[in-house]
Amino acid sequence: MIDLLADAYNYFLANQSRFWAATTQHLWISSAALAISIAAGLPLGIWAAHEARIGQWAINLFGALRLVPSLAVLFLVQPYLGIGTTPALVALTLLAIPPVLIATYAGMRSVDSGVCEAARGMGMTAGQILWRVELPLALPSIVGGVRTAAVEVIASATLAAFIGGGGLGIFITRGYALFDTRIMLVGAIPVALLALMAELSLGWMQRRLASGLGAAT
Amino acid sequence: MAFIIADRLTKTFPGETRPAVDQVSFEVKQGEFVVLLGPSGCGKTTLLKMVNRLYEPTDGRLLIDGVDARSMSATELRRRIGYVIQQTGLFPHLTIEQNIAVVPQLLKWNRKRIEARIDELLDLVELPRSYRQRYPRQLSGGEQQRVGLARALAADPALMLMDEPFGALDALTRARLQDELLRIQQRLHKTILFVTHDVDEALRLADRLLIMRTGRIVQFDTPLAVLAEPANDFVRDLLSADDVLRRLSLLTVADALAGNGDGQRLTANDAQETLQPGDTLREALIRVLRAGGQALPVVANGQNVGEIAPDTIASALTRTTHALPD
Ligand SMILES: Nc1ncnc2c1ncn2[C@@H]1O[C@H](COP(=O)(O)OP(=O)(O)OP(=O)(O)O)[C@@H](O)[C@H]1O
Ligand SMILES: [Mg+2]
Repeated sequence: MIDLLADAYNYFLANQSRFWAATTQHLWISSAALAISIAAGLPLGIWAAHEARIGQWAINLFGALRLVPSLAVLFLVQPYLGIGTTPALVALTLLAIPPVLIATYAGMRSVDSGVCEAARGMGMTAGQILWRVELPLALPSIVGGVRTAAVEVIASATLAAFIGGGGLGIFITRGYALFDTRIMLVGAIPVALLALMAELSLGWMQRRLASGLGAAT
Repeated sequence: MAFIIADRLTKTFPGETRPAVDQVSFEVKQGEFVVLLGPSGCGKTTLLKMVNRLYEPTDGRLLIDGVDARSMSATELRRRIGYVIQQTGLFPHLTIEQNIAVVPQLLKWNRKRIEARIDELLDLVELPRSYRQRYPRQLSGGEQQRVGLARALAADPALMLMDEPFGALDALTRARLQDELLRIQQRLHKTILFVTHDVDEALRLADRLLIMRTGRIVQFDTPLAVLAEPANDFVRDLLSADDVLRRLSLLTVADALAGNGDGQRLTANDAQETLQPGDTLREALIRVLRAGGQALPVVANGQNVGEIAPDTIASALTRTTHALPD
């Protein structure tokens, strides 16, 4: 085991420039997918929360979409978008939207109806209610959704290598093709660390926001 | 002219056949404390919410201070009307001072004026100024409702709408807040529409009671008049109008003396209990009975102003009952 890690480390030392390029690509594609999914999932979630009927329906649909495995998403977009970074980005974005959307929806719906009624009754406009009341109160839940999405995207970005999207997954595909476990580890360990970092930092942020609102028990 | 004029105000919710509020017309004078009373589902909340346009009437007209409620934007209208609800609706992510400052900020008051107003309001609802930086969850239910009241009063609206504001509080806290509200009302003379289904609360607070049943007004009169002459059996049952003690708690010793001409003046001997003009007749009756049924002197400013005996109470009761059932 120790030998294996040492070997993996040596491989890393020998391939540093490739490793850092792959890490950068991995982070770039993950962040881009996450950013796009927030830009899409957040307004969609807000809209769904405000449209009681259609909203619930839309949420169920996206909930069902989450059951599609990430690998399947990657291969499903490939016939349409070919190979390379773009299809990987599209697939990862599709993967990340549901958790952001559902968490936004849940957070918005969890805002006490009395609070919204009071806000309206005091003469706040719809926009003021959204920015000053609903979003601040839904924020812990939204950050929770982003956390889930981030971890999923970072892990799944590994699969991008299968369709030529680059990232740390290239070490895993290469290791797999060459039956070389140490090469696989050079990809797998950093991915696990990145996912863990995202989980811990966003989880910490979520807890801080929640305790700020007195929701933590 | 009356401060609020509702003219055949009607609300039928989408998909409903029966209106929740059905052609309701009434007038409320400036400074009047009107309590909307009626069984659950009779349309009290719906009527209240039409006043600040949280619900748009399907028919009829509403004038507030001579102006049609529809002539301005709903948000503009609401900023001029205080609104207090049972769940308090305090913003959990804002401090007490930020909560109170919401409407003044919407109205773009300057910082200094808002700061001064917050202190003034905390004093008014008898909360320590040190609560400014606290969050709603750090306050008791009664304290939260005080903040709710302060927040609604913040921009000094002429009209206050209150929907069962004390409904979720224990009896003791509720009674204390009713006292506070009456005290505040004596100072501020707001026009108040107050919803409750607690009969005692209604009788205690109201200048006039607006009694509703299935979307219509059944009776609209002073508590004493409604108790003395219920419009029908529904009102009689709703208020337990035959409850003598309930009626006595609306009359004061002063009322009894006023109608009694110049009675004899008992001299208060030191051992004896005395009554004050402001005591309720219910209180007086209890004390008279406890004293073995003998008359008790009424003392105001150290002066003996009359006496209350069992028959003084009985005749006061008869006088307020126009038509006694035989
Ligand atoms: N948003 C709504 N949509 C449809 N129907 C409604 C709505 N709000 C109230 N209603 C109906 O209108 C009627 C009057 O309701 P309202 O809330 O005004 O009663 P209330 O007198 O305030 O009762 P409570 O004392 O229980 O609060 C009820 O039959 C209720 O079901
Ligand atoms: Mg109601």
